[in-house]
Amino acid sequence: MSTTTSVDPVRVAAPPTTAPPVKPAPVRRWPSLFSKHTNIPGGLGGALWLIIVVIPLYWVLTTSFRSSTTFFSDAPLSLPSEPTLGNYAKVFDSGFFGYFTNSVIVTIAAVIIAVFVSLLAAYTIARNTHVVSRTAFSLVLLGLAVPLQAAIIPIFYMLSQLGLYDTLLALIIPSAAFAIPITVVILVNFLRDIPGELFESMRLEGATDWMMLWKLVLPLSRPALITVGIYNALGVWNGFLFPLVLTQSPSVRVLPLALWSFQSELTVDVPGIMAAVVMSMIPILTLYIFGRRQLVAGLTAGFGK
Amino acid sequence: MTTVKTTTGSIRAPRRGAALAARQRAGGPSLWFLLPAALLFGGFAILPLLGAVVLSFTQWSGLGTPQWLGADNWLWFVTDPVTYTTLGITFAVMFGSLLVQGPISMLLGVWIARSGGFRSFAGLIFFVPLLLSSAAVALAYKNLLDPNFGLSTQDGFGWLAHNWLGDKNTVLIMVILVIAWHFVPLHTLLYQGGVRQIPASLYEAASIDGAGRIMQFFTITVPQLKYTIVTSSTLIMVGSLTYFDLIFVMTAGGPGYATRILPLHMYLTGFRSAEMGKASVIATVLVLIGLALSLALTRWSGFSKMKSQQEGM
Repeated sequence: MSTTTSVDPVRVAAPPTTAPPVKPAPVRRWPSLFSKHTNIPGGLGGALWLIIVVIPLYWVLTTSFRSSTTFFSDAPLSLPSEPTLGNYAKVFDSGFFGYFTNSVIVTIAAVIIAVFVSLLAAYTIARNTHVVSRTAFSLVLLGLAVPLQAAIIPIFYMLSQLGLYDTLLALIIPSAAFAIPITVVILVNFLRDIPGELFESMRLEGATDWMMLWKLVLPLSRPALITVGIYNALGVWNGFLFPLVLTQSPSVRVLPLALWSFQSELTVDVPGIMAAVVMSMIPILTLYIFGRRQLVAGLTAGFGK
Repeated sequence: MTTVKTTTGSIRAPRRGAALAARQRAGGPSLWFLLPAALLFGGFAILPLLGAVVLSFTQWSGLGTPQWLGADNWLWFVTDPVTYTTLGITFAVMFGSLLVQGPISMLLGVWIARSGGFRSFAGLIFFVPLLLSSAAVALAYKNLLDPNFGLSTQDGFGWLAHNWLGDKNTVLIMVILVIAWHFVPLHTLLYQGGVRQIPASLYEAASIDGAGRIMQFFTITVPQLKYTIVTSSTLIMVGSLTYFDLIFVMTAGGPGYATRILPLHMYLTGFRSAEMGKASVIATVLVLIGLALSLALTRWSGFSKMKSQQEGM
């Protein structure tokens, strides 16, 4: 009976205390202004970092609305004197929608594959103590320590041999494969917290592995699946090395690579490049605005202690 | 109900095979469930990593079939002066990132761990850089830092007027700072989470004893954050081996060799100079450094033991 009832994914390693089971309040809600806890140096430092973060973002955004002529005459931090949407139109005309669609296809496919095969594996690793499943877990942990991009040349060779070079599949397969270690680790940590009795009673009622996966594991691990899915999606969406090495044609180009080619094609048209940068950010920023909590949880997936 | 079922289970179990009984008690699924992940990860991560070792002994341009060569590539790697330049730059980026990102993220994390109007607002904005692709960050800074039309032409920013990315004495520092801008949010999040797990009672006891805020920071906050510091530092150091995309887009490793970190050296050697065998040597070295770093950090910090930091409380 070593199971805990907590089903919280990230705080698995919550340290045991001998104090009564009252958890220390996670957030102390101190009054923010001019209480005895007001931290003036901290506030100044925070404000300084805020400025450092905001200025480049502001510059990118305002530049994307400048015409090529006012770009050189306006002061960099002024509002655009003749705001224009022309740069965005230009980016749209140069095939942005196609690149966007490619990015969406690659991200969704890679994340679904990675999360599905990892869930199967994590279920086995968490619930089956056979030596094979323990070895598998050690391999997965090792995979976290290795800079996997070192595998890029053999991957290029393999995919060329398979005739997959310059296809979306060439991006999906390795992206999914590289997402497996972190996904398995997070899901295993989560699944180990599901009380064993639930599995035992279902087993005794004659449930097959697949039924338990479908009726028990999947519904209970939903929060962890969302967290790890977001984490992987960000990684695949922003990934650069695979597209750079494994694709070539504009028809299979994804967004980060498209940005880079815009830079080579437009070179001096800085407002055009910045419009492309802004457009590549929009989907993730939208996600951030509507699902901030889950996105932030996803960003630190697995590392959040 | 659960208990009843469990009891009947343990009575019934001996009638079947021992292995099945064990599996049943655990409710464990078939090992076949490991297969899809094993095929995918084995086939497209482990096999290629081993493949890199094999390819490092061949000559291959990227087209046609690799030809067996022997140890020549390794000999090249050890004797080529560029190797040591890139190794030096890689470690400079690694420790530079550690020195810049570590303290900033810790202070910011400690600061935003408490709630409050301005802190919450700042926290909202702080994380935006992390959401951008490295390519986007690199393009933004490449143009922002341009001495002719970048930020330095703004009144009050004249001190920025320098060809930062074109001067081989300043480019590496700039790269480290841009990487910090991009990744400080991740580590801030880690520290924020770590600070929120420190029991408030520790601080209360300390202030009764008359410890000031700075004293509390060094005697309570920092020691309590030990594991967060290790996690964050490991991520920064191993991550330094993967800052390929940002540097590639921003400087392409230049000027000269000034920002050619190891992964970039691998890419340029393999895919630009069509020397896949030599590039595979670099790939192998990259894996070895990554493994050595992770092992050293977990050993040295006792992280693998994962002892509670709050024993006796």
